[in-house]
Amino acid sequence: MTSLARIGPWPLGGLRAARLVERNVMVYRRTWLVIVSGFFEPLFYLLGIGFGLGALIGDVPGPDGRPIPYGVFVAPALLATSAMNGAIYDSTFNVFFKLRYAKTYDAVLSTPLGVGDVALGEVAWALIRGTLYALGFLVVTVLLGLARSPLVVLTVPAAMLVGFAFAAVGMAATTFMRRWTDFDFIFVVTLPLFLFSATFYPITAYPDALRVLVVATPLYHGVDLIRGLSTGVVGPALLGHVVYLAVMGLAGVAVVWRRLDRLLLK
Amino acid sequence: MPGRMSRGEPLPLVHARGLTKRFGAFTAVDAIDFDVARGEAFGFLGPNGAGKTSTMRMIGCVSPVTAGTLRVLGLDPATDGPRIRARLGVVPQQDSLDMELTVRENLVIYGRYFDLSRAEARRRADALLDFVQLLDRADSQVEPLSGGMKRRLTIARALINEPELLLLDEPTTGLDPQARHLLWDKLYRLKQEGVTLVLTTHYMDEAEQLCDRLVVMDKAKIVAEGSPRQLIERYVTREVLELRFPAGASVDLDGRLEGLAERVEQLPDRVLLYTDDGEAAVVAVHERGLRPESALVRRSTLEDVFLRLTGRTLVD
Ligand SMILES: Nc1ncnc2c1ncn2[C@@H]1O[C@H](COP(=O)(O)OP(=O)(O)OP(=O)(O)O)[C@@H](O)[C@H]1O
Ligand SMILES: [Mg+2]
Repeated sequence: MTSLARIGPWPLGGLRAARLVERNVMVYRRTWLVIVSGFFEPLFYLLGIGFGLGALIGDVPGPDGRPIPYGVFVAPALLATSAMNGAIYDSTFNVFFKLRYAKTYDAVLSTPLGVGDVALGEVAWALIRGTLYALGFLVVTVLLGLARSPLVVLTVPAAMLVGFAFAAVGMAATTFMRRWTDFDFIFVVTLPLFLFSATFYPITAYPDALRVLVVATPLYHGVDLIRGLSTGVVGPALLGHVVYLAVMGLAGVAVVWRRLDRLLLK
Repeated sequence: MPGRMSRGEPLPLVHARGLTKRFGAFTAVDAIDFDVARGEAFGFLGPNGAGKTSTMRMIGCVSPVTAGTLRVLGLDPATDGPRIRARLGVVPQQDSLDMELTVRENLVIYGRYFDLSRAEARRRADALLDFVQLLDRADSQVEPLSGGMKRRLTIARALINEPELLLLDEPTTGLDPQARHLLWDKLYRLKQEGVTLVLTTHYMDEAEQLCDRLVVMDKAKIVAEGSPRQLIERYVTREVLELRFPAGASVDLDGRLEGLAERVEQLPDRVLLYTDDGEAAVVAVHERGLRPESALVRRSTLEDVFLRLTGRTLVD
């Protein structure tokens, strides 16, 4: 056969993970509506909470203590939340199905791709989807006049970072799941994060002890990062958020890598 | 092109010495030795749990070797997994087709995993769909395909990278006779083209049809090795007389068949007499006043070899 001559040695390196993204694009080409629907989630939140509730509440203290309209306050938090939800959805339900039922990865691992490529490919895919949503949300935020700073364009990479952190950790958690009911656990975690991460009111509303707890959880860092950028209040704290989320994502990928190795390469 | 590759390459395509696979304390493959030469069809024949799949997965570089030496295409799976897999085709025991993609997309994306260009992957996909007679289903989903069609698609997928070595784990299990013969025909053609085949089966007719050489595996070990003909000659007689007696009668047979054949094997539902002249044995049985319900003379098969070697039948 001629395979050696045509394929040549194996130079593709890190790009191999991109093949898995390509596979997912192939799948979603037919069901692009599912992708579009993900864009509406934060939009509905924004309209319902930002405007509906915002009209009742009026102004709240912004990141630097000065009052800002409630819509301006809550929009970045909703972007962070939807970045989290989108990433979690992709990296948990979808990955669990492929891992335990469809045996998609077993087939992939018979090719030159390895578990590292699977881990990176799936996290990258979750990230790409999240980026599309963040871009859509950015446009809406600007159109509705809820952005207070040109730095608002940085909310897109920031949302990507949030997506990366949650996709990696979500996928890591998925490798430990045994049955579908285990996924209830995910809501037990994400719902409180959504409600209490200084999403709907400033963190100063909490007593000190509780504040420490909230600051330890990941979505708070995402919310505060994106809010800082869209309101133009930047400081060293934002760098701390970036580091927190990046470390979380990298740790997640490392766990996924090791777990897939154990689960798939027995 | 096969000629170019084989000249000056005396190395076996697969080389195993003391190859061992353990899962915890359980030994699934126990220090087996074998070599597969370029261009041959090599089989692992054995019952459920013998360790066939475990061995195939190690060769396919998706299961780490516990102990011993394994070289595939002259390379070490522990360090060169991706490079080896780039040149392998794998048909796993359980179909692992991508249910979220169509028939054609399954092949195209697989080609992409092997770093083919999109155009080349599409070209090969259609050629392979033609080869396995699925071109008319190219745009169908995978789910509604019949078992035989899925198996054929899995084989087509394994060929997308034009592999030098094709690993087939029970390629025809669960298929009806017609579908099996169709698959055998495809595999035979691949072999003619110079593809080296390594397959597992627990069907002796499949092993006889396809394998130039095979090993019989039982309980994690290799118990015999040779061509189907050699194994039959070495371990059993040319013919077998199969006798069936009315239910309950077999208990009184003790001793009454002695001397009629080289070897007598008593199974729950029948008695096997190994002899080089089956017809003569039938006459002799009747002369002793035995009245079997049926008496069938047939050629010995690998099934008989297996029975001889392990005291058990291969397919229950
Ligand atoms: N991942 C695993 N963990 C623990 N034990 C395993 C694992 N995989 C296989 N085994 C055990 O190893 C033994 C050999 O299994 P293997 O699948 O290699 O057999 P086989 O010859 O392919 O059988 P079959 O004809 O049923 O496919 C079996 O007893 C099986 O239970
Ligand atoms: Mg098996």
